[in-house]
Amino acid sequence: MSQLNRLARGGRIDRSRKLSFTFNGKRYQGHAGDTLASALLANGVDIVNRSFKYSRPRGIVAAGAEEPNAVVQLGKTEAGQVPNVRATQQALFDGLEACSTNGWPNVQRDMMSLVGKLGGKFMPPGFYYKTFMAPASMWMTYEKVIRKSAGLGRSPMENDPDIYDHLHQHCDVLVVGAGPAGLAAALAAARSGARVILVDEQEQMGGSLLDTRELLDDKPADQWVAEALQELAGLDNVTLLPRTTANGYHDHHFVTLHERRTEHLAETAPLKDGRRQVRSRMHRVRAGRVVLATGAHERPLVYGNNDVPGNLLAGAVSTYVRRYGVVPGKRLVLSTSNDHAYRAALDWLENGCEVVAIADARANPDGELVEQARAQGIRIITGSAVIEAKGESRVSGARVAKVDLDGFRVAGAVETLDCDTIASSGGYSPVIHLASHTGGRPTWRDDILGFVPTLVKGVSAAGGAQGVYATGEVLTDGVAAGRQAAAEAGFEAASVSLPQVAARRDGAACALYQVPHEKPTLRAPKQFVDLQNDVTAAGIEVATREGFESIEHVKRYTAMGFGTDQGKLGNINGMAIAARLLGRSIPEVGTTVFRPNYTPVTFGAIVGRHCRELFDPERYTAMHQWHVEHGAEFEDVGQWKRPWYFPRQVDGKTESMFDAVARECRAVREAVGILDASTLGKIDIQGPDAREFLGRVYTNKWAKLAPGRVRYGLMCKDDGMVFDDGTTSCLGENHFLMTTTTGGAAGVLEWLELWHQTEWPELDVYFTSVTDHWATMTVTGPEARKLMSEVTDIDLDKEAFKFMDWREGSVAGVPARVFRISFTGELAYEINVQANYALHVWETLFAHGEKYGLTPYGTETMHVLRAEKGFIIAGQDTDGSVTPEDLGMHWAVGYDKPFSWIGQRALTRPDTARTDRKQLVGLKPRNAKVVLEEGAQIVFDPKHAIPMPMVGHVTSSYYSPTLDSGFALAVVKGGQQKMGETVYLPMADGQVHEAEIVSPIFLDPKGERQNV
Amino acid sequence: MFYIHCPYCGELREEEEFHPKGQAHIARPADPASCSDEEWGDYLFFRDNPRGIHHELWVHAVGCRKFFNITRHTVTYEILETYKMGEQPRFTAEYPEGRPSRDRVEPAPLREGVRA
Amino acid sequence: MSNVATFDTRTEAKIPVESPLTYSYRRSGAPAPTGKSRVVLRERPFLGHLILRGGAIVLDEAVREVLGVSLPGEPQGLVQDADGERSVQWLSPDEWLVIVPGGEEFELENRLRAALGDAHFAISNASGGQTLVELEGEAARELLMKSVIYDVHPSHFPVGKGVTTVFAKTTVILRRPAEDRWELVVRRSFADYTYRWLLDAGEEYGIGVER
Repeated sequence: MSQLNRLARGGRIDRSRKLSFTFNGKRYQGHAGDTLASALLANGVDIVNRSFKYSRPRGIVAAGAEEPNAVVQLGKTEAGQVPNVRATQQALFDGLEACSTNGWPNVQRDMMSLVGKLGGKFMPPGFYYKTFMAPASMWMTYEKVIRKSAGLGRSPMENDPDIYDHLHQHCDVLVVGAGPAGLAAALAAARSGARVILVDEQEQMGGSLLDTRELLDDKPADQWVAEALQELAGLDNVTLLPRTTANGYHDHHFVTLHERRTEHLAETAPLKDGRRQVRSRMHRVRAGRVVLATGAHERPLVYGNNDVPGNLLAGAVSTYVRRYGVVPGKRLVLSTSNDHAYRAALDWLENGCEVVAIADARANPDGELVEQARAQGIRIITGSAVIEAKGESRVSGARVAKVDLDGFRVAGAVETLDCDTIASSGGYSPVIHLASHTGGRPTWRDDILGFVPTLVKGVSAAGGAQGVYATGEVLTDGVAAGRQAAAEAGFEAASVSLPQVAARRDGAACALYQVPHEKPTLRAPKQFVDLQNDVTAAGIEVATREGFESIEHVKRYTAMGFGTDQGKLGNINGMAIAARLLGRSIPEVGTTVFRPNYTPVTFGAIVGRHCRELFDPERYTAMHQWHVEHGAEFEDVGQWKRPWYFPRQVDGKTESMFDAVARECRAVREAVGILDASTLGKIDIQGPDAREFLGRVYTNKWAKLAPGRVRYGLMCKDDGMVFDDGTTSCLGENHFLMTTTTGGAAGVLEWLELWHQTEWPELDVYFTSVTDHWATMTVTGPEARKLMSEVTDIDLDKEAFKFMDWREGSVAGVPARVFRISFTGELAYEINVQANYALHVWETLFAHGEKYGLTPYGTETMHVLRAEKGFIIAGQDTDGSVTPEDLGMHWAVGYDKPFSWIGQRALTRPDTARTDRKQLVGLKPRNAKVVLEEGAQIVFDPKHAIPMPMVGHVTSSYYSPTLDSGFALAVVKGGQQKMGETVYLPMADGQVHEAEIVSPIFLDPKGERQNV
Repeated sequence: MFYIHCPYCGELREEEEFHPKGQAHIARPADPASCSDEEWGDYLFFRDNPRGIHHELWVHAVGCRKFFNITRHTVTYEILETYKMGEQPRFTAEYPEGRPSRDRVEPAPLREGVRA
Repeated sequence: MSNVATFDTRTEAKIPVESPLTYSYRRSGAPAPTGKSRVVLRERPFLGHLILRGGAIVLDEAVREVLGVSLPGEPQGLVQDADGERSVQWLSPDEWLVIVPGGEEFELENRLRAALGDAHFAISNASGGQTLVELEGEAARELLMKSVIYDVHPSHFPVGKGVTTVFAKTTVILRRPAEDRWELVVRRSFADYTYRWLLDAGEEYGIGVER
């Protein structure tokens, strides 16, 4: 394949390195230094996509991030698929494969173009809302068809083989953009000694200096760029990040940068020194000061058929010619409102191609570049503009006419010029996206015909980003911004001597956005405003006619500036058109808000390393290895991995969960079981006021709990609702060990600190988490005492070591604290040892326990056993709307305590004191085989017309092997007064279960089994 | 993502280290039993939602674990000051530019470490 | 103070012990350091960890008397004794972390309690609940930048500083006891996650684990 549009010389590409690539299945060649876009243009590829709504053929328009059309799907392999890549930002590498995002079956011959040809009568603005909304049930079907035909790229269906990560950066000065302003700012800030990060989204730093015609100190501008970069690279306090886009500007100068580290090398990150390397990296930057040197985007003119391939931005033409050595056509017509765009014609001409004419909307253009063009013999048609492009799959001509800008009409005869390329320029829009992210509404400036950013404290804009365009002024502006930022960050500003740039006399630009056509807008050929979202001038007119006057409403109605484009090319034109139609000025109409991200960021970079095995922390106890080796199935409790149950291998088959849990339950009720309870939160509480403090945060009394004793406690919030529970042991007169639920550990500690620090700082008490210090194992069941007697020196006599006592001694040779508390209702010992010894203690218990039938059990069995006893689990049987009274736990409430403890006052509020609140009860299904669904709603009258009044729900439900029946805990309105009554549980499948309201204590109501 | 000056650690720290705990200066009534139901309901459930300067209670959860107050502008998200428990804010809705020095409150009022 | 129950959770008996990273070595392995390792990880298990609570003025005198170093009174302070074996780190205005050679912690606690008498303070033993992980090597700082949100640049994190901060999706106490060495005090239950994170993030630096 020949690169028919490639120049023999010039540009910043390496002609000695040829790279092959494939686009839409066809092979091409380009050079090192190309972007995919420049290589496609070099190969004469006109159509790169089909448009979103009308399915019109589209070509490359721009040379940077603002490209709306050349949005491609990248990837040779399924796993390597990347959607929504701008061909203008993708460096070419050997073997690159890409295809158009839109177009079905292909971009050359598209099914949907027929619809487009019919003039889009069926797709007026707001067509989604109007067409596809009814009937609502059909939306899913519509959506599939729309997605297939419109296409928005697709995600890979296989795992991404690459790795991604985040880097937390901190700097004094972040400079966004490494064009002339950014380089100058970075130099100034870096020389002051400040920590500087300079970031630029392009392959090479330098921005406009990489393709300018101007000389710096009489040398090509890129020489100065190279020198500046060399200096910066040599400084320890500077981090240079090319190929990195500042995508989001968040609160307090937190900026997210997306660095593409290997995307320019290959589809999948190649190995480096034999090791995997990171493909994309998100830099999370906390900056002291930020300099936005983001430059400006050229605005295209809005004229008829301005979307036909071959319509380009004037500046893009210069970039392709000068930077990439590509002239994307033979015969050029330039339509402009300003001087600067003339360089496109000069660059074109210098490379041996024909400039048919320049249509300049101004009556008397007279700047230096205009004079140069005249001197070169280029025909300049003044007071005129291209009003319409000819051609379908490529520009074949330009219709040029005199235009009356004030009257918005064509004011003379139309001349059709033969050409294959139309370059247009309607002026420049400062890139204010990042400043917009900070919430500042931009300000319109008539002198530059653009919005400049409104900046929050600590951020400045330099150069094109604030409407300063002449290269010499841009450099000066950059230095000033860099010096100021460094000074504000506390550094002594350094001086930077700048290269000389010959001042150029530019004539004033005129305001031109939509170009008038002979026909009224609604009947003229489509004049595109937002190419990516297929928004036309006519669409905006329809929107305003239908009464959408706010620019935010116009945006939403037409989809202008939506999606990955974020209005880079189209927004200002759209606002100008809306303003004209509404008879207002642009500042009166205002702008819409640009949102993060500036350009799309891959999920890989967002996720970083937080995926797969590192998605979320997994917390392990000291016995985790044993659990794994003994085949435990695990349950997530908070971030902990807790053994759920321990299925056995029986005849080569894995025991079912049902069988395993039944076996574990029987072992505890009939012999002895062991549970890893290390995950419970443990808080060491010391201080003379510890006891007083406990009395204030628990609902029950603590004044008389003696050292050596343990007590169960409920904790409420001040609204009277239970939020955690657990046992607390008195270790010494001024010393307590509090336990919390597994999930509540951190929250309870913070809760205690909150009250201590903000309400009762006069209480002398300290709280310290010791959760991880202790490993806890619960030995429980009728045989527990026998087993314990073999491994401990503690006196286990039932009188010496009573239920709700704790003792210290040695277990398996290890210092231990043992607590006689029970969550199963059986005789139980909770052994606490320093975690480093835990595995030894656990294994010693098994060495002695086999003869007693010692059985490890998991959380499921623990749940069944405790529910049989009516013991609640805070967070499962309570949900923040349940009081101690609702739980029937009057016995755990000390109404006569001297201090009004947290939650007490609320219990007498009228709503909290109602007797028909949802109250905890037991439910016994009439059919013993039924295990009710947790969460199932309860009704009193199953024959009631729908909607039935729902009177409660099931909170815990299991099969009990001891009772040989399903059983449940539930909350039911006024349930405590309804013992023996029947309730109904209508299920989604039409079944209605019947259950009897019973006491929540199903087993051993007097607690005799635990008290032996 | 806020950057918050912890008055106890004496330096700016990332928001991820902190938890917000709601409106500041909500003191628990000293004698709950004597509160009417309405007063108790106000204390429990009613909070301000100003457009502008707001005082918030935060905790440096991953850090020194101390509670402190923030004066924050709810529109610009600018944090005007942070101050320890028991201290009074300098920036308020009444004095958005800061209290004039002559009636600046003393930083150590009634008792140390209280919310009000 | 007799109103507090002190308890030596350590024993001199020959009992097998497992450090928080023992399981991780078995599960994820421990790549040996090579000449190309730009960062080396090393666990310092079984040290004595005490949490000291109280007023700075009260505690300072006792710590100086018993441990021979002064209590760091300034936020983020970390002090060590002459041979670097014992350290005291500021955690909050009324909280310090003391790390001493394993086996010294109980005696130290008793001596501090004796020195502090009836003052209001608290000492909690956390030795089983956390472990110390060292990072050394020229890439250690960049590895930390991938992991913690705190600014670890030398201008902001000089030797003698320590902070509690966010590490990936958990927390860590991060200290810099020497120019070329960082210490991470990691909670036992999060140790495996932290270890796997460091191995994964350290891959590009050829991370090695010294055992």
